[in-house]
Amino acid sequence: MTDAYIFDAARTPRGKGRRDGSLHEVTSLALSARLLNAMAERNGLEGHAVEDLIWGNVTQVMEQGGCLARSAVLMSDLDERIPGVSINRFCASGMEAVNLAANQVKAGAGEAYLAGGVEMMGRVAMGSDGAAIAVDPALAMKAYFVPQGISADLIATEYGFTREEADALAVESQRRAKLAWDEGRFDRSIVPVLDQNGLTILERDEHMRPDTTVESLAGLKPAFKEMGEVMPGFDKVALLKYPHLERVEHIHHAGNSSGIVDGAAAVLVGTKEWGEARGLTPRARIVATAKIGTDPTMMLTGPVPVTDRVLEAAGMGIRDIDLFEVNEAFASVVLRFMQAFQVDPSVVNVNGGAIAMGHPLGATGAILIGTLLDELERQDKETGLATLCVASGMGAATIIERV
Amino acid sequence: MTDFAMQTDAEGVATITWDAAGRSMNVLTLEAAAELNRLVDQALGDEAVKGIVITSGKPDFAAGMDLNVLAGLKQGGARAVFDGVMSLHHLLRKIERAGMDPKTLKGGKPIAAALPGTALGIGLELPLACHRIFAADNPKAKIGLPEIQVGIFPGAGGTTRLSRKLGAMMAAPLLLEGKLNDPQKARAAGVVDEVAEDPVAAAKAWVLQAKDADLVKPWDAKGWKMPGGAPYHPAGFMTFVGASAMVSGRTMGVYPAAKALLSAVYEGALVDFDTALKIEARWFTWVLMNPSSGAMIRSLFINKEALEKGANRPDVPDQKVRKLGILGAGMMGAGIAYVSANAGIEVVLIDSAQEAAERGKAYSTGLLDKGISRKKVTEAKKAEVLGRITATTDYAALEGCDLIVEAVFEDPGVKAEVTKKAEAVIPQDAIFATNTSTLPISDLARASTRPEQFIGIHFFSPVDKMLLVEIIKGRETGERAVAKALDFVRQIRKTPIVVNDARFFYANRCIIPYLNEGIRMVGEGVSPALIENAARMMGMPLGPLQLVDETSVDLAVKIAKATKAAMGDAYAGNDVDPVIFRLADEGRLGRKSKAGFYAYDEAGKRQGLWEGLGANWPRAEEQPDLTEVQQRLMFAQTLEAVRALEEGVLTDIREGDVGAILGWGFAPWTGGPFSWLDMMGAARAVGIAEALAARHGERFAPPKLLRDMAERGGSFYGEAASRAAA
Repeated sequence: MTDAYIFDAARTPRGKGRRDGSLHEVTSLALSARLLNAMAERNGLEGHAVEDLIWGNVTQVMEQGGCLARSAVLMSDLDERIPGVSINRFCASGMEAVNLAANQVKAGAGEAYLAGGVEMMGRVAMGSDGAAIAVDPALAMKAYFVPQGISADLIATEYGFTREEADALAVESQRRAKLAWDEGRFDRSIVPVLDQNGLTILERDEHMRPDTTVESLAGLKPAFKEMGEVMPGFDKVALLKYPHLERVEHIHHAGNSSGIVDGAAAVLVGTKEWGEARGLTPRARIVATAKIGTDPTMMLTGPVPVTDRVLEAAGMGIRDIDLFEVNEAFASVVLRFMQAFQVDPSVVNVNGGAIAMGHPLGATGAILIGTLLDELERQDKETGLATLCVASGMGAATIIERV
Repeated sequence: MTDFAMQTDAEGVATITWDAAGRSMNVLTLEAAAELNRLVDQALGDEAVKGIVITSGKPDFAAGMDLNVLAGLKQGGARAVFDGVMSLHHLLRKIERAGMDPKTLKGGKPIAAALPGTALGIGLELPLACHRIFAADNPKAKIGLPEIQVGIFPGAGGTTRLSRKLGAMMAAPLLLEGKLNDPQKARAAGVVDEVAEDPVAAAKAWVLQAKDADLVKPWDAKGWKMPGGAPYHPAGFMTFVGASAMVSGRTMGVYPAAKALLSAVYEGALVDFDTALKIEARWFTWVLMNPSSGAMIRSLFINKEALEKGANRPDVPDQKVRKLGILGAGMMGAGIAYVSANAGIEVVLIDSAQEAAERGKAYSTGLLDKGISRKKVTEAKKAEVLGRITATTDYAALEGCDLIVEAVFEDPGVKAEVTKKAEAVIPQDAIFATNTSTLPISDLARASTRPEQFIGIHFFSPVDKMLLVEIIKGRETGERAVAKALDFVRQIRKTPIVVNDARFFYANRCIIPYLNEGIRMVGEGVSPALIENAARMMGMPLGPLQLVDETSVDLAVKIAKATKAAMGDAYAGNDVDPVIFRLADEGRLGRKSKAGFYAYDEAGKRQGLWEGLGANWPRAEEQPDLTEVQQRLMFAQTLEAVRALEEGVLTDIREGDVGAILGWGFAPWTGGPFSWLDMMGAARAVGIAEALAARHGERFAPPKLLRDMAERGGSFYGEAASRAAA
């Protein structure tokens, strides 16, 4: 079996996912195509250069529907012989795209892939594609469905994280993100979004609130208390699954949860030989990938078992990993990861995360891999692990190693 | 036998009148449905008929489906149920389409329903298939779909039609809670179309002027959209997501009917109407084939009614109570006075002080005033009821009483004294009942000069709310006393069970081990939240610790001490007592002291489990799994019920089941402890009990009766049926 390498990783800045967000005027298609053009230009991808575009995207309706991946290829300068496939593993879609690409490369099914994803959350609302697990009573009751915010609060309750700890993590995410931007740590990856005239629409993540303090967060009301305790009362559903708990402690709010944003990210994956033939230098090897299903009610604890699984696949232990990217979907997800593996907070999400910069669902997995690689290079470290919790109770992970 | 008759008037309106032969209330049988089908065919095919009015020849329209029919269909398996339900759908759909051209929706005959009174279950589903519903302005009439209360759901199109007529959100209380409305409220809710003085005349008038468009149901018209939004419409999305959560929360996930109902609404809302009916029929079949619905129908409908009608009444002449004497005007006496006066019985309420007697009567005033504020009671009714209650200290007022209920302190001496005082005044043939909950009837009967006329009538608190009354036969209690008690219970519209005299009778005997098991687990360091949640997830209305708080910790202490004194070495509560004794010592007496297993706020509102529980009884490192806790809590009650049967305290498993659900809220979805054991199978129950006994003690050892049954491969209801047949 051959190895899969990362040759390049890039992303757009993340715009606020609402009407006054800078990317709100850009279509999902246009954002995808412009990022793909940048990847083609940066790496000289001419002709039938890659086997496929694997494009993560969660809410595949309206402009993101109809196999956006294929539409994006056709809209971009890429060769029409590159087909395009849209995939959805919720928040890990962008990572799953990279992992699928890597594993196909390893298996010899194609020499190179473009992978990544996009989500324009301000244009195509989260949840607007429906979801049987939430709506169909047969499954909603069987799986004890609760919304993610309740799950995040349930994690905090079960594992004993306080509001103060969650808020402190959020403030740290903001601090690190600002520092990273100020020091230009994202420069290599960021592809500013330009319009059809070459005018800049957005060149910097705009969701960040670097002046956030623990005190300023303390004033925010818990976001999921009402739906949990009153209407329609999701806490009771959660307690049916976790009957040893008396109640759910509601600690999450907009300030310690990931931001709703627009954005896209792409990773170029291929064999060493493919790169050599094109004069491209591999930056990292994709060592192992993993995915896992977990209890859908607590839903967001996937990073723990999937990390065990990816470490096992890589033949590694947790101490073999230099840096971690754990998606900041909610503060408790990251707190649980650090608690479970007893890892030092200083090596987790070194440059901040989705609480500060936002979480464009279909793209985030690819963003994490790119951010991890940039930081390994900056610190001159070897091995990194990226992982995300995933809706409906799943987890995904990738281990990369610099070459 | 005919249940339906048709007559066509000069103007061409065919009136189909439902008047079930030999019944006071219309209920639908399969034969009756076939008759209706024939008449509808005839009317639709008759050129002279311009329209149809369906009404009732009785004061009410109909009480629903004959549940015995459902039980019969079930015998034929899922296929028979499904086919039976589909044939009802075809009939109702035929009425709804009324011969119209399915493409142009023209040319149908108008069909209106005219409801003189109550219309329940299929008694409303049939009208819902008609084109317009007229209800008489009869405030006593109840209109609705109560099926969910016996563990099924409206399966003759009621679920599909009502959810499409009102939208899932508005239909939810009617379908999921079985909420009943009077005609005015039913019209406001959109269930019926018009309230009329003379619904038949109004229906005829409407039928004669109805246009083609008036006959087309919204869901049959082009471009129909579900009110409030279909499941994947943004508004409907939230409704459906919320509905599952609310049903899960309310039912703790144990009632299959609520789940099936919701699925029928959801899946139906995604397709056309005829497909939706098929979906409804499949879910209805699934629910009916579920053992829980069968057990619920059996206990909560068939057997409850049988007991109320006197299934175990001795064959003696009518013993209806005319004048009731109540000794002791405390909480129980006052409650008994209220329910009795309310049922038209003259009441003499006696206490040792006039003030206390008046306070007892004032309890009725309070309840009646509450009824007035809720517009359930009129001033005239209040005056009438209060007029029946004489509050006095004078035993002479008991003269002419044909029944006495003694409700004084649980003290044999006091009881003996009032028994003698009353018997000195009351007629020779009067029956004397004691409302004791703890003292043996046969012992109390010693104070009576007429022990064969002495009986226990055990009410539960609060009397006006609790549906069960336990009738306890002492050693010498005679048949007339039993009949008297049963006729009294029937007068006050409660459900009786008749049991023999033994410690704590039946209900308290079974609930005490449940409470004790919960308390015992606290002592063992099991998470109190797990104890409480585990109980409620088995369908118990209250967890054991909450129930102890409600009934008070000092009562538990008192019972424990008395039981220990009576039982000596056989006493099994030694690992329970330290927990409640410590709570009592700390003044945590339950809700009444705003402190118990739970913490309460100043106003007495329960806040959560008391944080001090963990400090007093440290959480065990290893926590049992949910099933283990549930088995302990359920078997503690269920094995006690079996022992009550084995010892002859219970003589009828129907009483054991109905009494358990109505008396102490035993998980209604099971149909009661004996139904639950049948569902599980005796062999499996023995296995579980033995495993529990090995881990937790002899109190879980399976009684011989259960072991023998397991060996025979028998079941409680199976063997009762063969005994009845023999």
